[in-house]
Amino acid sequence: MTSVMDQPVGILTHEPAPAPAWVQAFRTRARDGLSGLPTVRDEAWRFTNIAPLVGTNFVTESASQRQVTPGDVAELRVPELDAAVLVFVDGQYNPGLSDTRNLGAGVVCTTMEAAFERHAQLVQAHLGAASAEHDDPFTRLNDAMLSAGVFLYVPDGVATARPIEILSIATRTAEPVAAHPRNLIVVGKGAGATVLEHYVALDHGVVYLNNAVTELIAGDGSRVEHYLLERESEQAFNISTLAIRQGAEAVVHSHTVLLGGAIVRNNVVPVLAGERGHCLINGLYVGHGDQHLDNAMRVRHAAAQCESRQYYKGIMNDRSRGVFTGRIIVDKGAQKTDAIQTNRNMLLSDEARVNARPQLEIFADDVRCTHGATTGRVDDEAVFYFMSRGLSEPVARAMLVYAFAAEGFDRMELVPVRRLLAQEMIDKLPMARGLSIEV
Amino acid sequence: MTSTEEVARLSHERREYKYGFVTDIEQEFASPGLDEGTVRFISAKKQEPEWLLEWRLKALRKWQEMTEPTWVFLPYGHPPIDYQAISYYAAPKQAPKSLEEVDPKILETYEKLGIPLSETRALLGIEGGPETPAEARRAVAVDAVFDSVSVKTTFQEELKKAGVIFCSMSEAVREHPELVRQYLGSVVPYSDNFFATLNSAVFSDGSFVYVPKGVKCPMELSTYFRINARNTGQFERTLIVADEGAEVSYLEGCTAPVRDEHQLHAAVVELVAMKGAYIKYSTIQNWYPGDETGKGGIYNFVTKRGICKGDDSRISWTQVETGSAITWKYPSVVLQGDRSKGEFYSVALTNLRQQADTGTKMIHIGRDTKSTIVSKGISAGEGQNTYRGLVQMNKGAHRAHNYTQCDSILIGDKCGAHTFPYVDIRNPTATAEHEASTTKIAEDQLFYCTARGISEEDAVSLLVNGFCKQVFSELPMEFAVEANKLLAVSLEGSVG
Repeated sequence: MTSVMDQPVGILTHEPAPAPAWVQAFRTRARDGLSGLPTVRDEAWRFTNIAPLVGTNFVTESASQRQVTPGDVAELRVPELDAAVLVFVDGQYNPGLSDTRNLGAGVVCTTMEAAFERHAQLVQAHLGAASAEHDDPFTRLNDAMLSAGVFLYVPDGVATARPIEILSIATRTAEPVAAHPRNLIVVGKGAGATVLEHYVALDHGVVYLNNAVTELIAGDGSRVEHYLLERESEQAFNISTLAIRQGAEAVVHSHTVLLGGAIVRNNVVPVLAGERGHCLINGLYVGHGDQHLDNAMRVRHAAAQCESRQYYKGIMNDRSRGVFTGRIIVDKGAQKTDAIQTNRNMLLSDEARVNARPQLEIFADDVRCTHGATTGRVDDEAVFYFMSRGLSEPVARAMLVYAFAAEGFDRMELVPVRRLLAQEMIDKLPMARGLSIEV
Repeated sequence: MTSTEEVARLSHERREYKYGFVTDIEQEFASPGLDEGTVRFISAKKQEPEWLLEWRLKALRKWQEMTEPTWVFLPYGHPPIDYQAISYYAAPKQAPKSLEEVDPKILETYEKLGIPLSETRALLGIEGGPETPAEARRAVAVDAVFDSVSVKTTFQEELKKAGVIFCSMSEAVREHPELVRQYLGSVVPYSDNFFATLNSAVFSDGSFVYVPKGVKCPMELSTYFRINARNTGQFERTLIVADEGAEVSYLEGCTAPVRDEHQLHAAVVELVAMKGAYIKYSTIQNWYPGDETGKGGIYNFVTKRGICKGDDSRISWTQVETGSAITWKYPSVVLQGDRSKGEFYSVALTNLRQQADTGTKMIHIGRDTKSTIVSKGISAGEGQNTYRGLVQMNKGAHRAHNYTQCDSILIGDKCGAHTFPYVDIRNPTATAEHEASTTKIAEDQLFYCTARGISEEDAVSLLVNGFCKQVFSELPMEFAVEANKLLAVSLEGSVG
């Protein structure tokens, strides 16, 4: 249940761009189901107070103070990654900076608006199929604002030739912009795709909101890898939802890294709808300053003999706060489910805080489900071990923190992403700079 | 292990729920409904001092502003409770003034409940109780609460010799008002939550224990709660204070008659452990669970909390929850003193259409505090079993440590097992570990047993017993035996 805020919230009154009637109908349905934004009285938002977001007067569009150049794009995207790229600047698609060529036979990779016109049937068949599972006001708001975003369609038996990077760049605007990116990824039977959602900012003191929803429909026997790299401005708000519906024997990997943002909420909501599916949910959140990084996982086993693995790690420094809520739901009849969830957190300062809620909700008897959560600091004995071998204490600590984080990105298949994250971690750990780390 | 024959015999008794008899004695009721008049009536009946009436009224006014919480996880839901249809006071018409005056029917009731013979003798006022010191050590002092009133407390004399106060709450208010006033509501304030506030306004009776400095209570203390009358709620209040260096072990057992309608049990238990004190609180909860269709049964909505006030103090909760239509409780420990310890050992079984949402809260405030949580959930039939728990490490809780293990097993494909722990860490030197698993009974273990000629039902009972051993070993001897039997009986019919 959602409690309604006392005062009207600006972003709830925003109007989306004109669209075909069926899109309009989809938006209206969502808006009718939206009574307000969540408060800490809502169990799902208990540890994340969005008052600063609610208190910001957002607009849908605002003039940018700086033109984004191809040079900027080259600098901001994942280095050395040969990927198709779709660039959005402050929520608006920029075709001049994008490149969607050479993806493979029959692959459709275009903007949502273009797909409304040219692939209406495909979009209509899948839109909402995964996101309806996520009962959350921000997801409904994204439904109601549906317009900008990426539509990717990979036909049966085809694998995309290159990964696809959706690069969202925030610039300094006259007024804070609220964007609601919406991506729909449909991967056919036995098909394959790798998609990166990458959020970056040109300027690090800028306030804005990205309320993104990505729907991933993974057909039977498909193989999909999804990355969310959240490197927003540290004044920004990012709410990202990845809603997955996977078919029989489909293999889906989701990797999330939260580094930027003032208040960030990362929802990953897979439904294993076909038998013998496999889902890996891997995440890392690294906070400092006053950052608030909230992760909400909800893995639903709706079919028998599926496997799910959740590995989330948090490193919190300064006054930052990390939140992890992970729920495994096993439906009646989802026998032989094998689900594992672990959440490990490291606190680096006296003021940092972590809330962990690992949850199991099980309605079938022949299952194996485990979850574990730990919170602590760098192991003193390990530090001592390194020091006894001649390393200074700060370097030993930095190495151990790095190793803790590295376990998360070592699960990723794209080496350029791993390298980028290794560099990010080293930048955050000054004492690790001198170390030679191979990725 | 309990043998098949024994299970068959016991389960036959249970089919009508062994404790489901009604004792027909003359009772005095407050008319159903709750307003200021009801509270004044209860207070006047008990001849309470002005300050306690004021406290009750404050709670009532607070309660009237509150709304019933809904966050509890109950897949089957429950019909709403009509608080104006409940009678908040029921008492045997003749209040017993001496042993001879105790209504023999009540004593019969406790006999049926299986309260050990020595205590029944004592209850009956027959001389010749335990004499030798060895026997005395095994003795258990009992405070029996029948609907709203504490009927009789045994072994008063021996306890008095040791300086231990163990009496009904009403008596404590009369005899030791300064102690009651100091500690009542100090752990669970009158405004704590909906059900605790309701209890504060209308609590009828309960037990009071005070163990003075340095005293190790010479025997186990025990309370048996019994709801007898129709349309009544039971709202007892227990307060246990262990002064510096004191030690006490307290047992609690509960039963109720079979009724088609639901009955509310909203108790409050407060524990205070001063420096170096140790309180062990064990519960075997066997309220009427309702039938297979979910008809009838007790709503067990209880607030239990202890505070480790002094350094090096320790509080340990052990619970075996097999009864009630709905169990909704979280025995908690506030670890305020440095190096204090909190423990929670729980076995919760849901069969039929029972629902349980239970667990614990460990609030670490002091340095080097430690808590251990071991929870074993067993779901059978159409039972829904939820573990919910909070581990919170505050800023000052340097080097605090928690270990949590909660395991569930599922027997049959119509039940559910759920785990909702909350971990909140605000100190970098504090560590918390949480582990949980949910499985069905291991087929290879079952096969191993049946291959050796043990029947499937016995094998399940054996394996479930092994699963619960960690918790049962925390129970005092007599209770461990009872718990074992209770478990075997409650599981009967859930296999095959």
